[in-house]
Amino acid sequence: MRLPFFKRAATFEHGIHPVYHKETGSLPIKRMAFAPKLVVPLSQHIGKPALCCVSVGQEVLRGQVIATADGVMSLPVHAPATGVVEAIGPMPAASGKMVDSITIRVYEADSQEVRVGAPRDVESLDKQALLAAIQSTGIAGLGGATFPAHVKLNVPADAVIDTLVVNGAECEPFLTCDHRVMVERTQDLLRGIRYALKISGAPRAIIGVEDNKPDAIAAIQAALPADGTITVQALETKYPQGAEDTIIYALLGREIPAGQRPASIGVLMNNVMTLAYLGRLLPAGEGMVERVLTVAGPAVKKPGNYIVPIGTPLRFLLEQVGASSNAKEIILGGPMMGMTISSLDVPVTKGTSGVLAFAEATAEAQRSYACIKCGECVNVCPKFLNPSQLGLLAAKREYEVMAERYNLDRCFECGCCSYVCPSHIPLVQQFRIAKAVNRERATA
Amino acid sequence: MSMKLRTSPHLISDRSVERIMFHVVLALLPICAFSVWQYGLSALALLVTVTASCLFTERWLNRASGEASTLGDWSAVITGLLLALTLPPAFPLWMGVVAAFVSIAIGKAMFGGLGHNLFNPALIGRAFVQAAFPTAITIWVPAYASQRFTEFIPSTLTLPFMMPNDNVHWVAQASVDGFTGATPLARWKFEHFAYPFEDLLTGAVSASTGETSAVLLVACGLYLIARRFMDWRIPVAVLGSALLVAWVFRMYDPVTYPPIHLVLFSGGLMLGALFMATDLATSPVTPVGVWIYGALIGVVTVMIRYFGGLTEGVMYAILLGNALTPLIDQYTQPRVFGTRQRRNK
Repeated sequence: MRLPFFKRAATFEHGIHPVYHKETGSLPIKRMAFAPKLVVPLSQHIGKPALCCVSVGQEVLRGQVIATADGVMSLPVHAPATGVVEAIGPMPAASGKMVDSITIRVYEADSQEVRVGAPRDVESLDKQALLAAIQSTGIAGLGGATFPAHVKLNVPADAVIDTLVVNGAECEPFLTCDHRVMVERTQDLLRGIRYALKISGAPRAIIGVEDNKPDAIAAIQAALPADGTITVQALETKYPQGAEDTIIYALLGREIPAGQRPASIGVLMNNVMTLAYLGRLLPAGEGMVERVLTVAGPAVKKPGNYIVPIGTPLRFLLEQVGASSNAKEIILGGPMMGMTISSLDVPVTKGTSGVLAFAEATAEAQRSYACIKCGECVNVCPKFLNPSQLGLLAAKREYEVMAERYNLDRCFECGCCSYVCPSHIPLVQQFRIAKAVNRERATA
Repeated sequence: MSMKLRTSPHLISDRSVERIMFHVVLALLPICAFSVWQYGLSALALLVTVTASCLFTERWLNRASGEASTLGDWSAVITGLLLALTLPPAFPLWMGVVAAFVSIAIGKAMFGGLGHNLFNPALIGRAFVQAAFPTAITIWVPAYASQRFTEFIPSTLTLPFMMPNDNVHWVAQASVDGFTGATPLARWKFEHFAYPFEDLLTGAVSASTGETSAVLLVACGLYLIARRFMDWRIPVAVLGSALLVAWVFRMYDPVTYPPIHLVLFSGGLMLGALFMATDLATSPVTPVGVWIYGALIGVVTVMIRYFGGLTEGVMYAILLGNALTPLIDQYTQPRVFGTRQRRNK
């Protein structure tokens, strides 16, 4: 309910206000040293894994393509450091599975200058050439979704895009890498936005930024072009402001029809990090060899935002930031939607927006009660679902009823319901199980 | 290094069942204290006996069903205090024990415990003794009797399985002017006497243990609402709908129907609207359902009071609302995001 005479930051309905822990938002981005060995998975994006094009023992230069894209729905992989290919084979990944990866032994004392790259005149490229160029950078959705950027930007021919929504909400607690990139790489971001506007044919772009980042809003405001095609809009600081549905609703008042893509309502959405890297790498003709990410959490002595080479093992990364060796829990991404990892051998990939280390387990298993039907989950669900009812059905394994009558498939697992549940019912986990069982039944 | 694996979200809020229930207990304590101030030893004995009986029953049933103690969630304390607050202050203690047992055993444990119960447990106990002990449930005594801190009201100490002792001498000694042995609602129903507004606000009337001071009840309810432990929409819906219906009837026929203040501030409406109808487990969860449920309770309360054989209707109105809650929830499922009927802007 938005009162017309009461002007405030744009927002969506429902949601939660967790403690944000955004202390790293004021710290400038720093560069992290090379680990002695980098482990570069061939699949860091949604789609087909890249095809390895180097062999063991071969020398590679920082920025050189070491695996090529396998078709349109795929991305190439670039060597993050100059060194020797030591191994090619399955290595642990964040998912807990083994993933084919290229292990590079880094030459000591090598600088972090990118050795391979061919500056290009982006303005002269037509749409198809631009898309091909974007694919060659290897950029995936850097907010964590890792959908190949060139596929997302290539909106269907029949869709008319009237607005590019640029997602700078960064609503997850602890994470501040988008914040720092908006402040320190404003020109990259605006360049990337112009490329995206050109490709999609959208006449305007709106950058949505939560109002807990006034310096980012100010930095963008100062750099905006005079023609008014790009604007910045403050959003209420509320989780999950940065989800696709919520930020588009907050900025434009439009709901994406259930089960459809934003293009169906004339919107293309991209994350600020993705567009900033697009604006940086495309003119330089370079590939994605590193990314800015947040390292934070109570167990980290030197929290901050770091430029980390792709493939850096978390063990090395955590040593560099002085993470105590008694860290009990490591989360990749934010604490609301990120995942815990089982091994410190897992490397940083293109989709890693944050690494959080906790000495104590964050949500220690508490006594869980039966649902007391307080309805708090209903009051916070940004998709207006009924998590209470879904949870009761999940307990009875009525997974089909959950999907058919209570719109289970609309849940995007933001975690608001589990966060507020006073009975400590693992609602999101139950929903994941229900979805998985339904998927299995559908294919069986 | 042993790594902990868990699915997201990895943060949870500090809300918990224990915390919510504990704060409800805190909010009830001033009401209990005020009732002891009004009715003295008997009210204190009733509160303690009923609450202790609830706890004892809960613990005993935990043990009988081989499960861990659930006393720590504070819900049995709430049931005990609420039940005692709805009984007359001179209610025989042994009957209070019966009411407590029924509340916990039949109202709650039989359904599977906290969260599974369909009806407000305290009201189940109250409804049982209303049917079982129709005389005792209407023993009214004056508030602020002079000897209230030195003597029990005789009926309080009635021997088990006996009819309540006679309070005539005690009331005669109480040196309270104009005591009639009837509640404000009964006096309207049978004598068309309307208590003045200020007596109802401060509790200078005879009524159930905890339903006398509207000001105190509202203050304690506001505490819970401000701390977000209570859903404000329910009391607003209950009181709002009762007010509206009462106003319509009063406009229509001011001789037959009581003044609005009598409807809102007498009897158990305030206690029921704030502390009984808001019981989490037995009220709807959907945003629309909450309003329907509250409005229904308000309307039914007034209807029972005006047209029923009873002077008081809150208890049955809330029990009816509880019974309809699953149905209300089912028919008021929220509109899922992205299924808006009207065109997008």
